[in-house]
Amino acid sequence: MSEMRTPLSRVRGLGSAKKGTEHFWLQRVTALANIPLTLFLVGALVVHAGADHATMAAFLGNPVVGVVMLLLVLSTCWHMRLGLQVVIEDYIHGEATKLAALVANNFFALIIGVACALAVLKLVVSQ
Amino acid sequence: MVEIALPANSRVKKGVTRTAEGPLKAPRTLKVYRWNPEDGENPRVDSYVFDADDCGPMVLDALLKVKNELDSTLTFRRSCREGICGSCAMNIDGQNTLACTKGLDDVKGDISIYPLPHMPVIKDLVPDLTDLYAQYASIEPWLKTDTPQPQNEWRQSREDREQLDGLYECILCACCSTSCPSYWWNSDKYLGPAVLLQAYRWLADSRDEKTGDRLDDLEDPFRVYRCHTIMNCAKACPKGLSPAKAISEIKKMMVEREV
Repeated sequence: MSEMRTPLSRVRGLGSAKKGTEHFWLQRVTALANIPLTLFLVGALVVHAGADHATMAAFLGNPVVGVVMLLLVLSTCWHMRLGLQVVIEDYIHGEATKLAALVANNFFALIIGVACALAVLKLVVSQ
Repeated sequence: MVEIALPANSRVKKGVTRTAEGPLKAPRTLKVYRWNPEDGENPRVDSYVFDADDCGPMVLDALLKVKNELDSTLTFRRSCREGICGSCAMNIDGQNTLACTKGLDDVKGDISIYPLPHMPVIKDLVPDLTDLYAQYASIEPWLKTDTPQPQNEWRQSREDREQLDGLYECILCACCSTSCPSYWWNSDKYLGPAVLLQAYRWLADSRDEKTGDRLDDLEDPFRVYRCHTIMNCAKACPKGLSPAKAISEIKKMMVEREV
């Protein structure tokens, strides 16, 4: 019976996972990358406020802009995945629910990321 | 998932009021959480009106006065009455602190006293800290070396000794860990600020030879990385220490050996 385990056995549990630093580090690196990338996006949107579809398509189709946009998609989606994972691990305690939420989080970030990347690529290639 | 409402048998009810006899020069009220595991009742908050003019200056003095003169069943831990044993840690006026170093004058109006938050309660203001002590044991808080024991002492430079300032003063009262939301939600796996500050105390010790092994044991998404620098720990610490800073130093060491 689990309540007959000693407190030390309970606390040690399955031992250390010997990982977590990479997650912590990448969350900070992507956060750092998000600052200039997001500023670029906001700046671009402000500059093009009221522009027509053709102008926007031409701007986003520029290869240099395309590279920045792809990096933005990669960095923010990655950051979102890492951040949501922390929230799930903090608050969801049922093992099955937690596992399902973690898998769903990975799929969600991947789907959003791939869809955004495809949109950027389509604009760049069609130029 | 997070529970929004308390279970029916945990809802705190209104208790009784006991007032000291005779004219009170400076009446003040303690509102104290009471729970007895043996009577099958819900927890309740009892009020005690006492004369602050005929009482020592600290909240612990008031608790002792109430226990001696108004209600001998009131249960709490205390020992040194001077902030060095950590026994009388409790939640006073919404803040985890030591009853013996918290002045009655620091609290305006009624003085509400609860046990340390989110811990199993043994009785009244006495929390069950078994798992916290086991977590402390799990970090192996002693000097570990492979080099044969020297004839005299393990030597340490003055500068290296200074690295332990702000760490060695911890009295393990658990005010910090029980103020930490991350510890509330995941205390089964997250070590919490008190134990992590102690872990860093041994990581920072220049005489210790097992720094790498210690970091290996700590490196875990739950053991360390549940800390989200909420800083309640540093705010609560009655000794003015910063467990949050110690934890960030641990994270820095983790990154340093990897990046």
